[in-house]
Amino acid sequence: MRAIDVMKKVHSLAVAICFSSSIFMATNACGQVTFERLLNSSKEPKNWLTYSGDYGGHRFSALSEVDTSNARSLVVKWVYQTGATGKFETTPLVVDGILYATGQDDRAFALDARTGRPLWMYQRQLPPDIRPCCGRVNRGLAILGDKVFLGSLDAHVISLDSRTGNLVWDASAVDYTKGYSFTLAPLVVKNLVILGVSGGEYGIRGFIDAYDADTGQRKWRFYTVPGPGEPGHETWEGASWKIGGAPAWMTGVYDPATNQLFWPTGNPSPSNRGEGRAGDNLYSNSVLALNADTGKLNWYFQFTKHDEHDWDATQVPILIDSGGKHLIAQANRNGFFYVLDRTTGKLLSANPYGKITWSNSKDSEGRPVPNKESSPTRTGRTVCPGALGTTNWMSPSFNAQTGLFYVSAREQCDIFSTAPQPYEAGHAYYGSAYFPSDEAEPYWGALRAIDPGNGSVKWEFRHPSPTWSGVLSTAGGLVFTGDAEGNFIALDAATGHALWHFQMGGAVYASPMAFEVGGKEYIAIAAGSSLYAFGLP
Amino acid sequence: MVALLLLPLHPTFAQNKNPYSTSKTATKAGEFEFRINCALCHGLGAHGGGRGPDLTQAHKRHGDLDADLFRNISQGIPGTAMPANGTNGQGVGMTDEEIWQIITYLRSVQVRAPSKNFGNAANGKKLFYGDANCSLCHMVNGKGGRTGPDLTSVGISRTVGSLVESVRNPSQRLAWGLTEPTKEFAQRYETVIVVTPDGKEIKGVTLNEDSFSLQMMDTADNIHLFDKDKLRAIRKDSKSLMPVYPPATLADKDLNDIIAYLLDVAKK
Repeated sequence: MRAIDVMKKVHSLAVAICFSSSIFMATNACGQVTFERLLNSSKEPKNWLTYSGDYGGHRFSALSEVDTSNARSLVVKWVYQTGATGKFETTPLVVDGILYATGQDDRAFALDARTGRPLWMYQRQLPPDIRPCCGRVNRGLAILGDKVFLGSLDAHVISLDSRTGNLVWDASAVDYTKGYSFTLAPLVVKNLVILGVSGGEYGIRGFIDAYDADTGQRKWRFYTVPGPGEPGHETWEGASWKIGGAPAWMTGVYDPATNQLFWPTGNPSPSNRGEGRAGDNLYSNSVLALNADTGKLNWYFQFTKHDEHDWDATQVPILIDSGGKHLIAQANRNGFFYVLDRTTGKLLSANPYGKITWSNSKDSEGRPVPNKESSPTRTGRTVCPGALGTTNWMSPSFNAQTGLFYVSAREQCDIFSTAPQPYEAGHAYYGSAYFPSDEAEPYWGALRAIDPGNGSVKWEFRHPSPTWSGVLSTAGGLVFTGDAEGNFIALDAATGHALWHFQMGGAVYASPMAFEVGGKEYIAIAAGSSLYAFGLP
Repeated sequence: MVALLLLPLHPTFAQNKNPYSTSKTATKAGEFEFRINCALCHGLGAHGGGRGPDLTQAHKRHGDLDADLFRNISQGIPGTAMPANGTNGQGVGMTDEEIWQIITYLRSVQVRAPSKNFGNAANGKKLFYGDANCSLCHMVNGKGGRTGPDLTSVGISRTVGSLVESVRNPSQRLAWGLTEPTKEFAQRYETVIVVTPDGKEIKGVTLNEDSFSLQMMDTADNIHLFDKDKLRAIRKDSKSLMPVYPPATLADKDLNDIIAYLLDVAKK
């Protein structure tokens, strides 16, 4: 009875919002998210419809109620607690007053975005023998029509009814016992649910999949390690391609003009040992330009060839159009900020945005070349950045109004060691280890604002230790980020000056987003085990 | 029914003996697992370092039996930086089989004879609380000062080499303890000097810090809570508050006695 009441309330809320909203929504059934709405997400800044807020990966909100003049008045509007332990890495979606998000252990939930009151909750019954790397995390949902989609830690793709959380379909992608899992938020393009697999620590063979949103039927798969007879196969020694890794564990971006996905890939396996996999190891640590309908490869660019430092290139790339040029920019884990021409995949520039010691030179294309003495050794060798990189999976943000690219940078060097290790299916396969360098300074971090035009750092805001928080920029002239000490911080996007902060009581392992409901702007971030929404009093 | 369902999840919890015992294959596999999962703190070769104890020692503070080691690796050790298997959020969890392989490896590198007593613990205790002035800043079993780390279990959580270095050259490894896996533990290694709005200079150690606030303890054990933007200055010193004890001040024999005392205390 109560559930029905809740649902009635939700419907009346949603209807009210739909009627008071733009003509845009009048063309859609209420609560229905069409591909057209996803394409035109910038026209409805009240909603946050994809992981990065738009197809270009900008993580920018056009909302401006909260701005540099009033940010210091921000207060907590509500808090939702998952009750789960472990890292809470979600970015919520918001559609017409309802917030959808995921939590630890493959939870998913829908909340009244005004109050944080739950509408439904789903939790997958995971098999006891999953062993995902780096925590039992999930970074979020995709939405289309009246369904939301998530990838699970046991490598299933799951569709839930957006009004009830009921399971609609469940597709097994691959055998999880071999080390495969999904941790990313899927991306919906047209009628396809697209996602890449995790498992670079297990000697998997990476892939990117597309599923029919209605049925869960797999429409295409692109293996990020080419098989025999395919171009790029020759970049792997012997049979090493079979366990070559190159996972695709972060959400890619989409360019409607060319119907291309730009999907980033991760490290070759084993991550710390190049012996046994001589060659460039395509398409590890690359960005892939794929036809969204077919998964066919148009071009690729490999950031780190034959990687031995676990420098996945899975950071969300950002599509930037500037001066008639169609660019793609990525702050890479290896410490360089790359700008490519996304029509051709040609490298335009690569500049360090943090401390790097692994490269002193560039090849004829301008790509940084590793120094000979940067490879791991049996007893260990110090290299900067460390294995966790100058940045990692936390999202950057691009604000076309300031023209700046904002990224959370980590300053940490590691000692990289290597040792021969036989492959065993489903067992960790790193080829040894890395550990912090005692000789190096204590780690620290910074939010950096980079000018993509020349790669220079315009300002930085220092954190006492490296953060795992992503960045949101807004039309209010603000940048939002979190820190490892539990603060959520609003900064002036032009100067990096901190205007406001709030102590949330738990470290941030998530990227912020913004939405509007009831005429009020909210900024949301996960920290500890809680999801916080902030707004003006 | 419930029991039947639960049993397969934890098949080896009832087991307290290593099924691999001295298997060479398991030893090798355990070494790989150790490098991936444990070397971060316990060092390559399990000899320990500034973060984790030397695991080649036969006597381990939290239990010497195979079952103790299995429990400590699986569940972690509460109140210490030792995390439960698969919960540190970096790297992967281990299967029960892999944990037993690590235990097999640890047994293979274990030093057979207990380390010989190289000092006089009774004299070490006297020095610790007396002429060497250790207890002005350090506690053992609840007795002593607060500015420096509690040394009750340091004899077993740090190598003798790192203890010697900490006394002879205390600033050498000041960064230890500030790394991410141990971030939630007190950072009492970093020297900080602040200048208050009225111009008063206060020196001490950082208890905690973020971008906006600083919590510190001064050399008289007083706690101070500051907003950073209200302070005139904050300086970090890479020189430890711990004085250098060269052999002229503290003879090798006396240092050995103090370490013998710390080893002795830690084993109890």
